[in-house]
Order: sequence, then C-alpha cells, then structure tokens
Amino acid sequence: MNTYEPHIYELSTPGKHGASLPMLDVPESTLPADLLRQDGLADFPELTEPEVVRHYTRISQRNYSVDTGYYPLGSCTMKWNPKLNEEAARMAGFAAAHPLQDAADAQGALQLIYELQEYLGEIAGFPAVSLQPAAGAHGEFAGILVFRAYHLDRGDHDRVEVLVPTSAHGTNPATAAMTGLKVVEVKGDARGNVDLDDLRAKVSPRTAGMMLTNPNTLGLFDEQIVEICEIVHSVGGLMYGDGANFNAILGIAKPGELGFDFMHYNLHKTFSTPHGGGGPGSGAVGCSAALAPFLPGPVVVKNADGSYALANPEKAIGRMKAFHGNFGMLVRAWTYIRTLGAAGLREVSEMAVLNANYVRVKLKDVYPQAIDRICMHESVLKGQIAGAPKDVRTLDIAKRLIDYGFHPPTIYFPLIVSEALMIEPTETESKQTLDVFIDTMLQIAREAVETPELLHAAPTTAPVRRVDEVRAARQPILRYDREAIARVRSE
Amino acid sequence: MSYNVPAELRYSKSDEWVRVEGDELVIGITDFAQDQLGDIVYIELPKVGALITPGESFGVIESVKASSDLYAPVGGEVVAVNGDLEASQEPINRDPYGEGWLIRVRPSGAEEELLDAAAYTAFCEERGH
Repeated sequence: MNTYEPHIYELSTPGKHGASLPMLDVPESTLPADLLRQDGLADFPELTEPEVVRHYTRISQRNYSVDTGYYPLGSCTMKWNPKLNEEAARMAGFAAAHPLQDAADAQGALQLIYELQEYLGEIAGFPAVSLQPAAGAHGEFAGILVFRAYHLDRGDHDRVEVLVPTSAHGTNPATAAMTGLKVVEVKGDARGNVDLDDLRAKVSPRTAGMMLTNPNTLGLFDEQIVEICEIVHSVGGLMYGDGANFNAILGIAKPGELGFDFMHYNLHKTFSTPHGGGGPGSGAVGCSAALAPFLPGPVVVKNADGSYALANPEKAIGRMKAFHGNFGMLVRAWTYIRTLGAAGLREVSEMAVLNANYVRVKLKDVYPQAIDRICMHESVLKGQIAGAPKDVRTLDIAKRLIDYGFHPPTIYFPLIVSEALMIEPTETESKQTLDVFIDTMLQIAREAVETPELLHAAPTTAPVRRVDEVRAARQPILRYDREAIARVRSE
Repeated sequence: MSYNVPAELRYSKSDEWVRVEGDELVIGITDFAQDQLGDIVYIELPKVGALITPGESFGVIESVKASSDLYAPVGGEVVAVNGDLEASQEPINRDPYGEGWLIRVRPSGAEEELLDAAAYTAFCEERGH
C-alpha cells in the first residue's frame, strides 16, 4: 500500500473507456467546428471504471487526517471532530433544506442559525453576530470592511492604517492590504506581548484599528490586553480580534469584555467543524453594538410572534457569501456547543491549556522554548538541539516525525522565532497519545546528535521521500505536462 | 556558528549590507540573513529610477520557509538592479556580498542607524547564534 501512486495520466492506455454506450441508432451529427475543442483531448487519460475508482480510492487512503492520527499542528486547532456533529448535519431537515425555500418552510434551520448567533455572542461577549463569512480570513475581511464603513459613516475619512503585531498570522496584513489600507507593524517585547511603547508611537488619528490575536501565535496571552485596547481606542481606532486561538479562553475570558470591538470565530477550529480539506470552514463574526448596524447580512432575527426571519443590518456592508454561510458547518457547531454546555466549553479550554503545557514542560529542556513562560493552548519551541550538528534543522525534525507516523507540527512560524516548532496538542488527545508523541520527539533529539543522517534522509517510510521544495518553488510545473515531467525525471 | 561579516561594509538591523563605491552605494542581504532564510526561490526588486526611503520596504525576498520584506538601509534613487537574480536566486545564498548584490543606489543622504562589522556580529550573536 505504501508505494508511489502513479499519476492518472501515467495509468492511461489509449482506447480504454469506462462506459459502454449503445450503438448509434440515429443519424450522426457533428458540432460546428468553432465549438470543438482544439487541444488537450488527445492527451485525455483513458482508463476503465475500476482503474479510476481504485486510483482515487488509493490516493484518498494516503490522506492524513484527525481520523487517522495525531495532528499537533500549531495555530490550526486540529481537534477531534465529534461524530455526533455528523449525525446532526446529515438529518434530512438540515441536509435537504434548500436555500431558496420560503422562510416559513425553513423555520427549524433559521432557528438553528438564530440560536448559534446568540450562543457565539454570549461566549465572546458581543451583542451581534453574523454567520456569513466562509473562513477566518473571510471574517477578517468582513471586519476591516466594517471598520472602514463605521469610520466613513461618521465622516472620519483619514483612517487608512491598520496596526498588526509582528507575531500576527499572515492573513492579518493581507486583509488590511486587500481592503486598500496600509499595514503598520508593531513590535513585540521580551515577554512576547505587544511592545506598548512601540504601539503608543504608532497610533494616530490615521489609525483605523488594530488586528490582534490573543493568545498570540507564540501561544502566549497578552498580559497587557486591556491597556492595548485603551491605547488604540484613545486615538479613535477599533480593536479587531482574530479568533484563531479562541480555543484557549472559552468560558474564561470574553474578548468583548477585554475591549475588542469585533472578532471572527473559526468554527472549523474552536467549534470542532472539519478543517482543511475536510471543510468548508466558517468564519462567523461578532461585534459591539456600535458596529452591529454594519455587519454583513442577512442575519436571522426573531419576530415578536416567535417566528424567525432573515433581515439585513441597517447599514450592512453587504453579503459576504451566497445564501446563509456554510450551513452544514453551522449545524455542527451548534451541536458541539449544545453537547458541551457552558461548563463543558470551559473545560475544553482548560484541557487544551493543560495538554499544551504538559508537552511544553516535557520537551523544553531538549527543544528550547522561544519565550520562557507558561503557555496557553500551544507552545513555540525551537529545533535547536544541544550537541546536534548545525545542519540539523527544524525541517529535518519535522520530516523525521513522518517516519514515526505523526503529522509534523507547524514549523518556521511565527516568523519572529528562528527554527520555530509550534505544537498545539488540543484538548481531545489523551495523556497516552501525548506521551507517545513526547517520547518520539525525545528519540528524534537523540538521533539528531548520534545519527543525524537519519534526520536528513527522512521521511523514509512515506510513499514520497524528501521533496525538493526549492526546485518546486523555482521551477513550478502547475499542470500535467508530459514533456516537462519527462525532462525533470531525466535530470 | 559564525557568519561572514566583511569589515569594510556597514549593516542595518534588518540584515542588509551597504558598500560604498564612489558616489554610489551597493545594497544586499547579509550572510546571516541568507542562512536564516534558507534557499531563496523568488525576489522582487524595484525598477531603476525608483526612490527608496530608509526603513521602508524596497522589495520582497522569498525562501521555502518564508516571504520577507527587504528594508532600505539608506534613502536615494535606484540606479541599477541585479537583473541576473530574476532567473536564478542562487547567488544570494552562495555569494551574498558579491554576485548576490541586489541594488545600486545614488544616496540622498538619509539613512537608518547603520552598524559596523563588529557591532553587527554582536547583533547576530545576540539573536541566539
């Protein structure tokens, strides 16, 4: 099973086909020449039905997922996706509902959306929520558009700068740039918090707002969060909360009470809906009463008679997505919240933080910590092992983990830490699983000193060995090209 | 690990070097910077005639690990760009102070706080290397 799977073009044999059509029993007719495809068809792969099905089934079985193994990918919260969520999402009333149905015929679905808006608002401390955005970055884009709309609505035309800490996810500066605003970087201090002096120097009447993830990408809770919000608010700026790391503070701290004006929730992280290729995601957004009129719509409102209806906020920035967000994900997140309840959600965060610190403390004497502090739901270590040759890098450690059957953690992020190794165990892993991972990391550290060639050669047990990432980036082949592939193989 | 830090150059805290050649200045990234980035796979440089401002981005450099801004150590007008790097970025890793130079500038006088070789070496060591 664990062998290289050829490309479907390489499996092709001219003349094979997957369907047997009946003999032609009507006069043959040809399409006008200008409608006929001129290229590409000659190269179309030709296979039988079982060959096609087996090819794609084999590829699907090579996929690494939370259903097949431990996945400590920092900043991504690859937690378990409870199977109960899937049961709920597959109920015919939800799965077969049509988005163009009359509201009167979809009251159950609308009730679920309304209740999820209410729950998310309560959990993060915001009076208004929209479930429109389809992913975290989409929620960020909604947020900065709302900031702009809010400032412009007040006749405040000069706010063109968005402050972003150097530890931020890349999507934060990208979002600011997408909305046509200017990114201003704010430094971190020695404890991994935002540097308040640098922040004070950079806020001005040009500040539209600040985008902040708390806990940040170092897995550290910014201890000065209240002061940060005060500084930004003092010049008329708004605080954007990136909810990527919300898993660490459920039931413990409410961003709306800390001073944030707007936040996106990653339902596909914190609220256990499938993530990555198993998505789609959902980047629901919540905000203060002052920003509520600008939220993307439609949102669901409850009428005086107890029925539910779709409505657009008064000054809505518009739609972010067709229909009502990724509805199947909303069903899963609703199910997750109702299954756990308030006490259960708090326990989620407590266990996530406990697990992260357990791994951190067990590994930090071998893999140095970026900043020596108790962490939240993830920790950032360095792949700089004492006594190992200097050419053993974090990349080699990550590749060696594949040999031991683990998905590697996030590496080389955040960018402010050299040789970063960012581990997020999540609350859903047992102590036994964490112990096996820890033992493996310690084993790899010993190998790095004694037999570094094992790390350089890794992965050796995967179907594809170490790929040439440099060459792939310098000479990308982005579509199937028989000649280009033959040329690469012959070199 | 020790890095090559030529004594005759001056350095920025964002890891660019500056070499005086007559009335002009040549700018590149340091050996420390290329080692931290790893194999460079893409670079975006300004056009000849562009004006650069001290402390502000004048281009982008990308390795398999990360994409980073290039920060201008001095202000001035770009008079030449190392066009060879468009096709192959390998010289930046192999010879960062020679063939891997990035741009040549006619300085306007404005510059960032620049370090001499000894101070820059100390600055690299401070960052854990």
